[in-house]
Amino acid sequence: MPIIKTEHLTKKFKDLVAVNDVSLEVEDGECFGLLGVNGAGKTSLIRMLTAVSPPTEGKIWVLGKDLEKHSREIKAALGVVPQVNNLDPDLTVLQNLMTFARYFAIPRDEARKRSMELLKAFELESKLRSRIDELSGGMKRRLLIARGLLNMPRILILDEPTVGLDPQAKYMMWNKLTEQKSGGVTLILCTQNMEEAATLCDRVAIMHQGRVITLDAPRTLVQKYIGKEIFEIEVEPAKREEMVGELKKRGLEFEALLGRIHVFHIEPDGAKGPLRDLPGTIRSRAASLEDVFLRLTGRSLVE
Amino acid sequence: MKTFSWRFIRVWQRNRDVFFRLWHSELPGAVAEPMIILLAMGFGLGAFIGLVNGGSYIEFIAPGIIASYGMYAAVFECTYGSFIRMEHQKTYDAIIATPLSIEDVTAGEIFWGATRSAMTGTLILIIAAAFQLVHSPWALLIPAVSLLGGLVFASMSVLYTSIIPSIYSFNYYFTLFITPMFFFSGVFFPLTSFPGLVQDLSWILPLTPLVYLTRGLVTGEMNGTLLMALGILIALVAVLFPISLASMRRRLMV
Repeated sequence: MPIIKTEHLTKKFKDLVAVNDVSLEVEDGECFGLLGVNGAGKTSLIRMLTAVSPPTEGKIWVLGKDLEKHSREIKAALGVVPQVNNLDPDLTVLQNLMTFARYFAIPRDEARKRSMELLKAFELESKLRSRIDELSGGMKRRLLIARGLLNMPRILILDEPTVGLDPQAKYMMWNKLTEQKSGGVTLILCTQNMEEAATLCDRVAIMHQGRVITLDAPRTLVQKYIGKEIFEIEVEPAKREEMVGELKKRGLEFEALLGRIHVFHIEPDGAKGPLRDLPGTIRSRAASLEDVFLRLTGRSLVE
Repeated sequence: MKTFSWRFIRVWQRNRDVFFRLWHSELPGAVAEPMIILLAMGFGLGAFIGLVNGGSYIEFIAPGIIASYGMYAAVFECTYGSFIRMEHQKTYDAIIATPLSIEDVTAGEIFWGATRSAMTGTLILIIAAAFQLVHSPWALLIPAVSLLGGLVFASMSVLYTSIIPSIYSFNYYFTLFITPMFFFSGVFFPLTSFPGLVQDLSWILPLTPLVYLTRGLVTGEMNGTLLMALGILIALVAVLFPISLASMRRRLMV
């Protein structure tokens, strides 16, 4: 049974359809990625899944229960790590965790024990009496995740957890998330970092203009939309039209981006084969999830 | 109202913890200012004022100061305090991601505002008693009345907070509503100084019944109007409390 299931989920604001008819299933114990450009509907979707925003249409089941009817019970099993820091600036680091534990009705002694363990695990022990505004950006983010784990959630929902972090902090975060996953926690990871999604996620859904346009394992997506390698042709703006026409004539799959053209699904020796005699610089490299993302969502930047 | 529960106490506890962490910055507003007003107006202005019933002016204004500074405590907590927590600190967003609902958060804010009112009212009562301005054992009910008045003003202030776009909108609330109320609710002079119509209209302002009730308990002069004042305050809570909860849901659960 899926741990989260949505059916025809739609969120409309005044003149905007933020989430448009999304039906998906998240499996128990997987890391599920949500990718999309800014405004694609990821955060609106997450807000509905965490019961802080009522759907305009459609239904959500979490842990087999109807979210609308059992929101308190379900929220007790969720860990939410928001994109915007909403740590309590009126309280110290330790008080932040202790106060949050009270919202979950965790008994005081147990709350203290868990808080100390989490502060240790996230290397914040020395800061436990600090005020929030005395923490660095990376520390705040670590504390946000520690806070999200306080209630030992079945599902941890993270909105851009590593944005703005230095590489060290980012790898530490990935490591912590992997640990949680091996402990059986289901992760929902909303991100714009394709490397992050490819590294951590079992499956990713790519959202575009409120819809889920594709959903599969990162590798499968790369294979399906790009192939093993991707060919990049650099082309001068003046010759672009001509190039596009030529590629069309040769019946190739391609995507024209700003300043370059990506060509998909051709053999490794493509430069000699299907792409021979083209008037531009041609390079090939291993295909990545980012190429899939650009192919599926990049069009709006060009047109 | 459907999802309002005992869990609101968690939000009340959060605000209490923050208050006692920063209590020294709250003391001037809660104690020093009403003391100054009481002494300056009572002894200073009071020297030139004779009351028709023969009492001293400072005895007249003491219950008004208890009621109005209780009001201010609740109003500040649930306007600027609540707005900053809601919009700037995103504290409400963090809390509603836990098993607490937005109704729990709002109710916690209102009960905390009311608690601040009761704390301030009680402190000023003790000070007034120390100056021998309190003559009736009925005054022991004042903490409860301050709490009730606090519920009225906290509910009303949270309701206003839930509908305004920015923190500057509080200027209207204070200039057009709270300050006039401070002067037209019988705190500094009896309502009987006004023409009959103004006297009647003054009872629409919730501070009027609160001042009237507090003054009755301080002087111990019981009459039927005290019950009416109590009834008005209870009715206001019964109406404003659920509306403010619903309005906060409308603002945040989008």
